[in-house]
Amino acid sequence: MLTRIVQCQVFVSGLCNKLNPGRSRRLTWRRTQLQGVQTFRMQNSQCCVKLSVQPSRGLVDEKFTVLVQNTLPGFPLTIHALHQSDDGHTWEAFGHYTANNTGTVNVLEDPSLGGTYSGVEQMGLLWSLRAVPGSKPWLRLRKMNIQTPMEFTISVYQGHQTEGFNDQVPLAGVVVERWYMAPGVRRVPITEDGLTATLFLPSGPGPFPGLIDLWGGGGQLVEYRAALLASHGIAALALDYLTPKVTLETGKMVENDYFEKAYRVLQQHPQILGSRIAMLGLSFGTSITFKVAAYSEVIKLRCAVCVSGSHVQPVDGSVKQILAYFNKNSDKTRFNEESQVIWRDLLLPIPTDPAFKVDMGRIKCPLMLVVGEDDQNWPAPDSAVDIKEMMEKAGNSHLLTLLSYPDTGHLIEPPYTPHFRASMFKTVDTQQKMVVLWGGETVAHSRAQEDAWRKILVFLRENLYGGTNPSAASFSHL
Amino acid sequence: MHNFTLTTDSSGYMFEETTGASAGSCSELPLIVSELRQKTSREVHKATMSPTIPPILSVHPTRALVDEPFKVVVENLPPASPVTLHSLIYSEDKDYWEAYGHYTSDHRGIVSAAEDVSVGGTYTGKEPMGLLWSLRPEPGSRTGLRFRKRIVTSPILVHVSVYSGHITQGFREQSPLASVLTERWYMAPGVQRIEVKERGVRGTLFIPPGPGPFPGLLDMWGGGGGLLEYRSALLASHGFASLALEYFSPGELQTADLQLQYFESAFNIVKDHPQVIPDRVGIIGLSLGALLALHIAAESKNIKPHCIVCISGHHLFPFGATIAAAQKDQEKELKTRYDENNYYIWRDVRLPIPSDPAEKTDVRKIQCPMLLVNGDDDQNTPAVEAAEDIAQMMRSQGNLHLLSTLTYPDTGHLIEPPFSPHFRATNFIKPFIKEKVIVLWGGKTKAHSDAQEDSWRKILAFLQHHLYSSTTPKARL
Repeated sequence: MLTRIVQCQVFVSGLCNKLNPGRSRRLTWRRTQLQGVQTFRMQNSQCCVKLSVQPSRGLVDEKFTVLVQNTLPGFPLTIHALHQSDDGHTWEAFGHYTANNTGTVNVLEDPSLGGTYSGVEQMGLLWSLRAVPGSKPWLRLRKMNIQTPMEFTISVYQGHQTEGFNDQVPLAGVVVERWYMAPGVRRVPITEDGLTATLFLPSGPGPFPGLIDLWGGGGQLVEYRAALLASHGIAALALDYLTPKVTLETGKMVENDYFEKAYRVLQQHPQILGSRIAMLGLSFGTSITFKVAAYSEVIKLRCAVCVSGSHVQPVDGSVKQILAYFNKNSDKTRFNEESQVIWRDLLLPIPTDPAFKVDMGRIKCPLMLVVGEDDQNWPAPDSAVDIKEMMEKAGNSHLLTLLSYPDTGHLIEPPYTPHFRASMFKTVDTQQKMVVLWGGETVAHSRAQEDAWRKILVFLRENLYGGTNPSAASFSHL
Repeated sequence: MHNFTLTTDSSGYMFEETTGASAGSCSELPLIVSELRQKTSREVHKATMSPTIPPILSVHPTRALVDEPFKVVVENLPPASPVTLHSLIYSEDKDYWEAYGHYTSDHRGIVSAAEDVSVGGTYTGKEPMGLLWSLRPEPGSRTGLRFRKRIVTSPILVHVSVYSGHITQGFREQSPLASVLTERWYMAPGVQRIEVKERGVRGTLFIPPGPGPFPGLLDMWGGGGGLLEYRSALLASHGFASLALEYFSPGELQTADLQLQYFESAFNIVKDHPQVIPDRVGIIGLSLGALLALHIAAESKNIKPHCIVCISGHHLFPFGATIAAAQKDQEKELKTRYDENNYYIWRDVRLPIPSDPAEKTDVRKIQCPMLLVNGDDDQNTPAVEAAEDIAQMMRSQGNLHLLSTLTYPDTGHLIEPPFSPHFRATNFIKPFIKEKVIVLWGGKTKAHSDAQEDSWRKILAFLQHHLYSSTTPKARL
């Protein structure tokens, strides 16, 4: 038995030597001198550090708990998260902890003393994720294939490490899956009527309220938010309106009827409640949402959510006209010291001419605005102020809910999405690639994402499911 | 490190827009799907209380390990409305298993299975997990069924639904108000599954995620035979490298005639694995597997388990006999009793407990910690009486401190992981004659389910204590 124990000890010492030659052996031997008994057994316990993350499979907006047990009291350790994205890049986050007097670290209660996040941060291992040193610069992490989960390897390393995780063997490691799609959610590609879209239907017979989900100026068919909304009971249509097949083939941007066709797909679906359809837009998607909510004769929205956008646009202009209006103002583009592009001034100052901003007095449905006060890409906070004024003058401001977050940037994503202050961006019309400044300070921005998402879900729940007793009991775990 | 990743398309199993379901998943519900799709939303809501506002059903977490609890909540119901919560599984053997509870929404229009009382159904009372442990075959199913998942790389798919009113049958013929799908897994992500065919041993080894090394387990089921992987997969999900061992095929016991050597080889396969700590390997067994665990711990000169867990077992295995001979004893037809349904009751076959140690496994030779888990309504094995005798024998040796026994009231023979459905009697292939009979295992469902929950927690704590941390609190301070 003794030889086996020694083997184990050697194994551990081997690890320890690699990391910090001598330190751990000294620690071990010091304990021998202090206690003189059963040192071999103690060394055994050190090699069986237990790490558990629960739940091991969760939706991306669910919290998890990370527990490390069986270390020595006061033991310094690093908890590390590693992710390989579908596009082949490697991402990591880590926090430095010290085990308590029972040899335990509980991320829910204990503070990180340093790393990519600090303080008591239950989900810091996800939102503080960044590309590993040596990666291509200005990357952005986005899951485009939502039929598979994001896989994270969570590990425990000895000591307070900041680099070289790749070259070491951790003390323990587990794999955690994070899903945008709940089981039973159905993914239905929609190509009829020239649409480029994907419909996500919640599990069950329905009928369900519907939602059209619009992203911004980068184009593409981005599905993850719609998949997540369907996982919360809303039939959501992710719609590509800047780079759909018809535009790529004909070079022509879509017109109003494109959105009307998308609306009709939802309205006519046997499992969707035609009178309960909402729209959610981010960035340029907000421009579309305001336009539709104020001017469309066909599309009747039950409610709308506009994130990081503005109502400034040529009134009732087409997609092409709106883009042209932005381009006309491109001389107002600024650059910061790192030569990153700041586009927030393109629409400033907020025009007084009513021909260049959506008449917010025409809005007839509840409207939620979500803005980041450090948005460097769109003048969202300024627009929000003007919108509020317009609606107060028109007498419909009771419809407005404004969420304004300090130190928060443009890309307000679902919770625990890593924050990107700047990243490489390619606009659909110019096809130019540049590093764009989105803004935001990581901790504040991450808190804003969590808070905004919860409020958006409650808002949608109340307006789309609301009848007698809207409640948010099932969001308590978020 | 080989990662076994989930490949099931979560929308693939139900609807034809996407590609077919992955092979081997027990997920196809062709009948339910076509029925549901035929009913349009307008039709559905004619008969219900709220024509346009559907209730919201949520199960959290949507994906979980089989031993993790879930919360089932229905919101947006009218206040004080009667509803039925229902769960449905379509098994690998193509049977429908269901459970249901009758509830009434509160003034907020909410039903929460974790907090509210079920007033009828397959379970009653405040039972957060009743929708799982009270599952039983749909009325009209074949008899003597037992729910056992053979393919552990895919989850059990449970359809949880809410129906209007308090109904007791015909669930599949009507459309629920809402329905969600939840996954229950035996394997955590990152657990490796390795098929073992070496040294003459047949089994499947499950290694936890991470660099290791890990404590190990040899996992043995009972007299039914075959290879059941699910408990080992679950143990690996809790940090134990576990080998699910096959030691005979169903009904093939006489040709097995296995000697101690087979089990020693199996134990060594675990012990010798580069990711296993060689002096932290234990044995866990149920029924015949428990008997073997005791026998190995007492008699083997070549292997020394670090601890053993014996569920619903006994020590009435005379030294020198082979397993086949031990099982053949059970064929003493004289002592077999039958209940009012003609189900086989085998518990008396080995009674009375012999006083001569030569007619029993000599547990006095066991030097490692032991945990015995028994049900006092075990109709298959006299586990409780055997446990008392084991205690006496160990006391006489001065080793009683090694023994811990858990005895559960109204609990039967098949003490499985938590939330597994309870089977009071199931089909069984009688060894040697290969006759299909129905064997009475015993237990009353609610008490038996409580025992499964409690014993699993205690088994994991026992294994964690002996295999993970062998330091005593004194040494740690």
